[in-house]
Parts: sequence; structure tokens; C-alpha cells
Amino acid sequence: MQSSNARPRGSGGDAESTAETHDGHDQAHVEATGVRYDDPWYDALASGWGETSGDGTPVAPVDAARAERADRAAAAADVYLEVQRSAAFQEVRSRYRRFVVPAGIGFFVWYVAYVVTATSAPGLMARPVAGAVNVAMLAGLGQFLTTFLLTWAYARHARLRRDRAALELRWDTQELTRTARGGAAS
Amino acid sequence: MTGNHQTLALLLFSAFVAVTLGITTWVSRHRHGSAEEFYAGGRLFSPMENGFAIAGDYMSAASFLGISGLIALFGYDGMLYSVGFLVAWLVVLFLVAELVRNCGRFTLADVVAARMSERPVRIAAGTSSVTVSVLYLVAQMVGAGSLVALLLGGTSEAAQSWTVIGVGALMVIYVSLGGMRATTWIQIVKAVLLLGGTVALTVLVLVRFHGDFDQLLLTAAERSGHGRSFLAPGLKYGGDWTARFDFISLGLALVLGTAGLPHILSRFYTVPTARAARRSVVWSIGLIGGFYLMTIVLGFGAAAIVGPGAVRGSNAAGNTAVPLLALDLGGGADSTGGTVLFAIVAAVAFATILAVVAGITLASSASVAHDLYASLRRGRAKPRSEVAVARTAAVGIGVVAIALGLFARDLNVAFLVGLAFAVAASANLPVLLYSLFWRGFTTRGAVWSVYGGLVPALALVLLSPVVSGSPESLFPGLDFQYFPLQNPGLISIPLGFVAGWLGTITSAEVADEARHAETEVRSLTGAGAV
Repeated sequence: MQSSNARPRGSGGDAESTAETHDGHDQAHVEATGVRYDDPWYDALASGWGETSGDGTPVAPVDAARAERADRAAAAADVYLEVQRSAAFQEVRSRYRRFVVPAGIGFFVWYVAYVVTATSAPGLMARPVAGAVNVAMLAGLGQFLTTFLLTWAYARHARLRRDRAALELRWDTQELTRTARGGAAS
Repeated sequence: MTGNHQTLALLLFSAFVAVTLGITTWVSRHRHGSAEEFYAGGRLFSPMENGFAIAGDYMSAASFLGISGLIALFGYDGMLYSVGFLVAWLVVLFLVAELVRNCGRFTLADVVAARMSERPVRIAAGTSSVTVSVLYLVAQMVGAGSLVALLLGGTSEAAQSWTVIGVGALMVIYVSLGGMRATTWIQIVKAVLLLGGTVALTVLVLVRFHGDFDQLLLTAAERSGHGRSFLAPGLKYGGDWTARFDFISLGLALVLGTAGLPHILSRFYTVPTARAARRSVVWSIGLIGGFYLMTIVLGFGAAAIVGPGAVRGSNAAGNTAVPLLALDLGGGADSTGGTVLFAIVAAVAFATILAVVAGITLASSASVAHDLYASLRRGRAKPRSEVAVARTAAVGIGVVAIALGLFARDLNVAFLVGLAFAVAASANLPVLLYSLFWRGFTTRGAVWSVYGGLVPALALVLLSPVVSGSPESLFPGLDFQYFPLQNPGLISIPLGFVAGWLGTITSAEVADEARHAETEVRSLTGAGAV
């Protein structure tokens, strides 16, 4: 999976450069002339290019290298907007939400109901069912059971309904990002 | 306690320390001193390895000693912890694990800062992460202290203090030398040991009752002196409405806190992809669920076999129920079997504490170096300095945790962990969910939601009966208790969410649509993930 990244950074270079990413604008400017920081995410961390969006004024003097880099970053950012609006991505997102929202609400309500019943209706919870086992014990073990079942269902849903489409989108997005940056740079 | 126990337990424990130190040295052979290596172990662990490591990070002394102890003392009410601790993983699996893996690099702040103005957000998220970690560390230290008190006869305060100091020193060595790679392997070894020990004890308890769980429950109820009500909720959290709200508050904190724990979040970065992160969570849910089911058996087993009276006599908070149970299951205090089993359990509990402490220390040193130091420092530093700062931070955090651990010695371990969860749920979870899912979330919203959860949570704990105003509190002599609940979650978690919402709607800044698109696309597809 790592190899699917189109970034030119090797793991060694990536690693040693991590601390430098905080060194502020001048450092980032130096890096911008090289090719090591082609990932827009990295640029965001390195210089906070998005800070300009807050008040509309750049936070540092704009020089040629920086302007060019901002162009490339903007082009790459457009790629993400474009992908976000694509039908394929909307499909992946709605599949994710269609599972997670009902399942999440379901288990949360069931858990809160369990906790609230345990405190407000101990009489009901103490009602014996079979031998020493009472309603409270069954409800507690039921929480374990539903957790296991939902885990299994989520993993299955993600594997069958989401993984393949998400991986294709990842490839496409990275391809588009690279082209956008390459186009702006040349 | 006879000398045999101590010698054998200390021998086993020394063996564990030797093995883990060996691992640390061996692993750090190929260390490059890079941040990727130090914080994320090179991101090359398999889902199964990471699943065991997550389980190892999560199944703390609080679970092993604290929950079983609470069940032994209060019956069913102790089970709430088991249920809450497990159900919480659904939040992690559904909403956090994959998305965080896809769009972060080392810490919680990475995910939030990617969309926001970086500096204030990093400082806020870093502060709350360190706070949660320190609270959690204190719980582990208290566990170590009470274990040693039992081992050495319960009276020697000096020995207890030295243990806490020793545990702290060892963890600093692990973390600063071995980084994430060594810490992960220690977690894996510890998870296997802990699960092995728990399975063995559970089997022995069930064999004692001829596999009859019903009989086990009935005996526990009978010996507890409470009869059938021992098996139903209400002994600890029944009675007045304060206690009931406390129970609900704790329940909320447990289920929402896990997804905000920094040392759990940082574990997702040790695998290469989001898919691997998901599979490691599935592994860990299986392991953790099995473990908590067994703690229920052990808790009721301790009530049935040892009896709540003896448990309370050894440690008022119940932290020593499982070691006492092991002693009894092996054949009693003077038998070889009892000695061996007791020693094994004590050593496993020590290993648990050490490993968890190492995991949290690593996560919090990452927050200090990667978030706080990088944002607050002036001037320029050399490229390798971030890892150096993280190593130094590990030492500093160790010292703070040792000091607080000595101080909070008499509180129940599971209860202390409940506090850490409440702070994590109030300060870390709202900002994380908002930045992943809310298009209009802004920098001010992010900062407000962190402080809006963190400050009330801490203030309410300070004003609660935990700190003052009751005989069991930290300062029994003082009384500045104005908040009735022990756990602040019920108030502070909603406050965190509300503060984030208020900060967002009142800020002049318009959320950057492109950066939201980037976060959303990256989180769901993994494009450009490191």
C-alpha cells in the first residue's frame, strides 16, 4: 500500500525531514525549490499556507518560489474538491454513512438505555430469569454480544462495499494531484 | 505473606524486565533516530501484532486489578466498567480508527491542525493530550503501589514508594531508548502474558465450581452478605440520585473516552494503511471482549472464594482481589501451588503496569515534542531535535507521574481511570469528530471545544468529593466540594461539544472548503496518507 504513494520521498528522507517541517517559512521556502515536499499535506504542515485564508492577507512576503508553490498547492487543492464532488466519492461516502450512522445511533441508544435502566429501575434489572441469572446479567452479556456482532458486520460491510472503491479513488486522486502539480510547475 | 511469594514473584518480574529490556536493546539496534521510527515504529506492524498491542495498551492494571476488585466488593455494579470499556471500541472502530489513520501522522493534533490554523490548535490539542495521559499514568502508578503493598505485607510505605519510582524509571528507559517499536513489542508480550494468566485463573475458578456459572453467582451472592441484590445493580451506585447520576456520568465517560485517548490514537499510525488499522481494531475488540468477560468471572470468583471481607481487609479499594484469588486457587497461602500462582499473577500485573505506562509515556512525549514544543519554541532547531525533545519529555512526564502516583495512593485504580476517560471524552473527542465530519468547523471552534471540555472536566474534579469534603478524599481535612458527582463526564462532555459549536458559529473565519474537501477525501480514501 505504501508503494501506491506517488510521492518522491523515500522513507529515510521522510523521516529525517519530519522535524524540519516546523521550521517556519524561511525553511519551507528553501525546501520549495527542491522536490521533497510535493505532498500538499506536507506543505500545510510546513508553512501553514492555509493561514492566508483566515483574513485574506498573506502572512509572509510572497516571493517567486512561494507563489509558484502556492499555485501548485492550489491546483492540488482543487483536485480534492473535484474528487469530493465526483459520483464515485459520493457513493463511497454515502455507503460509509449509511452503515455508520444507524449502527452508531443504535448501539449508543442501546448502551445508554442499559445504563439508565440499571440506575433508575433496579427492580426490573433484578428480576430473575433462570437460576441466579437475572435481567441485569442478560443485559450486560447482551452488550458484549451486540458489540461483537456489530464489529463483524462493520468489518464485512467495509470489506465488501467500500474497500475496492476507496482504493481506486485513492489511486485516481494521487494521480490527479501529481498531474496538477506537474502541470503548474512546468 | 511468606518470603517464598516475594522471592518468586520478584524473580518472575525480573525475568520480564530482563526480557523487555533485551527487546528494547535489540529493537533499537536499527534505530535511525527519526520521528517516523520513534513515534510510529516505522508503520510496518501487521494488523494482528497491532491488535495485540492495542489490547495490551488498553487492558491496564485498572482492568485486571480494579474491575475484578469492584465486582468482588460491589457485585454487579463493577460490571458496568467491563461493559463500558468494551462498547467504547465501537466508537473507535466506526468513527475514528480508519479516518485518523488516513489523515494524521503521529498525534491527535495532526488530524485537527490539517484543516485549521496550525499553532493554536496544536497547543490546545497537545495540552489536553498530555493532561489525559498524566491522569491515566497516575492510575497505573497507584496500581503498582498497591500491588507491592500486598506483596511485601502491606505496611512498608517506603517499599511502595520505591516501587513507584522504579516503575517510572524503567518506563523512561523503555520509551526513550526504544521508541514505538520497543513499546509495541512490550505491549504484545504483555498482552499474551496477561491473557494467558487470566485464562488460567478463569479456568481454575470454573473448575472449582464444576463449570456451573450459576453456582458461582449464588455462592458469590451468599458470601457477600447482600444476597440476591449482589447480582443486580444498585450496591455502589444505587440509593440517592447523586450516586445514580454518577453512574450515568461514568458510563458516558467510558464509552466516549476511549476514542480520545492519545496512546490509543497513536497506535493506529503503526500500521501501513487504514484497512490494517481497521483489522487491528477488530483483533483488539476480540481480545479485549474476551478479557473483560473473564474479569467478570474473576470478580465474582473472588467474591465467592476469597470473600469481600478479606478483599476489603487487604486493600480498601479492592485492588488486590485477583492476587488473593490466585493464592486461594493455587491451594492457599502455605502451599507451593498458591505461592506459584500468586507470584505469576503479581508478575503479570507488574508487567501490565509497566507496559501501559510505557505506552502512555510515549504518546504524551509525542504530544509534547510534536505539538507543544514545535508550536511554542522560538528560533530554529536542528533536524533531529524533535526526537531528542520527545526523549527528554518522557523523563519529565515520568517524574510528574511518579510524584502524583505517590500522592494518590489510596484511590481505586478503576475509578482513577474513569476520570482520565472523562477528560479524554470532554476535551479530545468533540474536536476530533467535528474536524472529521463537520464542514463548517473553524479554528476558533477547535480551540474552544478543547478548552471548553478540558477546563470544566478538571475544575469539576477539583470541586468533587474526590478531592475534598469526605473522609475518602485526597484532602480529608479540607472542604471545597461544590460538585456532587465523582465523575464529571455528564456535564463536561456536552460542554465540550457545545463549546466547539459556539466557537464555530461565533467566529468570523469562514471554513475553508478546499481543506475540508481534502480532509474528507483523504480520510475516506487514504489518498496521500503517510
